[in-house]
Amino acid sequence: MTTPLPIVDARGVHKHFGALHVLKGVDLTVAERELVFVIGPSGSGKSTLLRCLNRLEEPSSGSIVVDGIDMLDPRTDINHARQRIGMVFQSFNLYPHMTALGNVTLALRKVAGKSRAEAERLGLAALERVGLADRAGHTPGQLSGGQQQRVAIARSIALEPRVMLFDEPTSALDPELVGSVLEVMRALRESGMTMVVVSHEMGFARNAADRVVFMDDGLIVEQGPPAAIFESPAQERTRAFIGQIQRH
Amino acid sequence: MSNWDRFTDTFFNGKVMLKYLPEILWGVVTTIELAVLIVLTGLAAGLALALVRSLAIRPLNWLIIFIVDLFRSLPPLVVIVLMYFGLPYAGVSPSGFVSTWLSLAFVLMAFSEEIFWAGITSVHKGQWEAARSTGLSFGETLLNVVLPQALRLTIPPLTNRTIAITKGTALGTVVAVSEILGAASSAMSNSYNPSPLMMGAAAYLVLFLPVVVLARRLEKRFAWKR
Ligand SMILES: Nc1ncnc2c1ncn2[C@@H]1O[C@H](COP(=O)(O)OP(=O)(O)OP(=O)(O)O)[C@@H](O)[C@H]1O
Ligand SMILES: [Mg+2]
Repeated sequence: MTTPLPIVDARGVHKHFGALHVLKGVDLTVAERELVFVIGPSGSGKSTLLRCLNRLEEPSSGSIVVDGIDMLDPRTDINHARQRIGMVFQSFNLYPHMTALGNVTLALRKVAGKSRAEAERLGLAALERVGLADRAGHTPGQLSGGQQQRVAIARSIALEPRVMLFDEPTSALDPELVGSVLEVMRALRESGMTMVVVSHEMGFARNAADRVVFMDDGLIVEQGPPAAIFESPAQERTRAFIGQIQRH
Repeated sequence: MSNWDRFTDTFFNGKVMLKYLPEILWGVVTTIELAVLIVLTGLAAGLALALVRSLAIRPLNWLIIFIVDLFRSLPPLVVIVLMYFGLPYAGVSPSGFVSTWLSLAFVLMAFSEEIFWAGITSVHKGQWEAARSTGLSFGETLLNVVLPQALRLTIPPLTNRTIAITKGTALGTVVAVSEILGAASSAMSNSYNPSPLMMGAAAYLVLFLPVVVLARRLEKRFAWKR
């Protein structure tokens, strides 16, 4: 029996910003259909790690293979590779001059090479999946934060990525809007999407994550099933961090 | 003759006006030609420079910044005069029309490059990241995501600057271009009467007032709501 290749296989990833050593040799593998939840104090390098995975940030050294594609090989068509890696940002980053449908169809037309009609059909289907087909004609300014984030998720899933990266997708939302986004993420997980989620939503981590990864100071300190990490962390640093966030 | 009659006879002399009307009208045509050429070439060149600058190629950007700062510091009249009287020494002799056109186009290029560039850089970094993360290339992102947002921000300063520089066509008189002001002032000295100047003023109003009003409407329409 052969073990299936991981979707994400990052090894020995280092990242320097000038004199600042932000990632100090991170190894992260994510299996197909797995949901990996990343926690850690501010500045520990969680965002930087995610951004290295789709090469929005150029790692200083290490290797990153996503869905069999060597992301750091200069011969890799990075724009083609990025289609397979969805990314959702804390601040949504929807295009304000386009409708929801326009946001979702842009890459379908320009990158995936779909005709306008085909792109709109796929775009509407993606909006349907996040429960916003009826808002297709609205611009981001006419949508709530929660709706904007769901459109952003639709923009990614429309390209049928192999893995989705979420960087604090609910941190910019009013508390009452968080649920709708988490619900979409949960449905996505149930549909079998491979996901890496940086977030502070511990409730979501407990009942949706397969694995929790704790990062501190540019390194993965500890990882394991949610119950183990939250209930009985092995490392003192993990315990201190979990204790801190649970007091809030 | 009352004072009022003397005033109208001097400044709005019907006979003089009728006589020099054709010349003033030709001046209007020349001004329009110059203005259209300056706006088209100046803005296109400014946008092109801003786009090249966004590629972030160091030595190229230094050159762009140098050219832009040069043309933003020199008074337009000096540029026109240098081109008209200076270039012949280098073996090229542009006409007054061409000198005025190119000089003001360079000046508009310089100012509009700065405005386009400010617009491009004011678009949030997250917009680039979102687009690039979906696989759009640098150029596709610039064209489809960044530029449309940047252009909206640039419309108010751009229209103001464009109008100001286009009015500079009057400087063409210095290098013997018979645009409105040139035609009016030569008519004035031939007729010993300032009425042609009044016609010139009226022509400027007729030409530029609608543009100014249109610019105001554009600014309102593109006022950006996020
Ligand atoms: N482009 C950059 N240039 C310089 N330093 C950077 C850059 N991006 C991130 N950093 C620094 O790298 C470190 C890690 O940042 P990162 O955003 O990855 O942390 P994080 O774990 O996501 O934190 P947070 O929970 O606050 O989002 C921080 O000290 C940050 O200031
Ligand atoms: Mg972060």
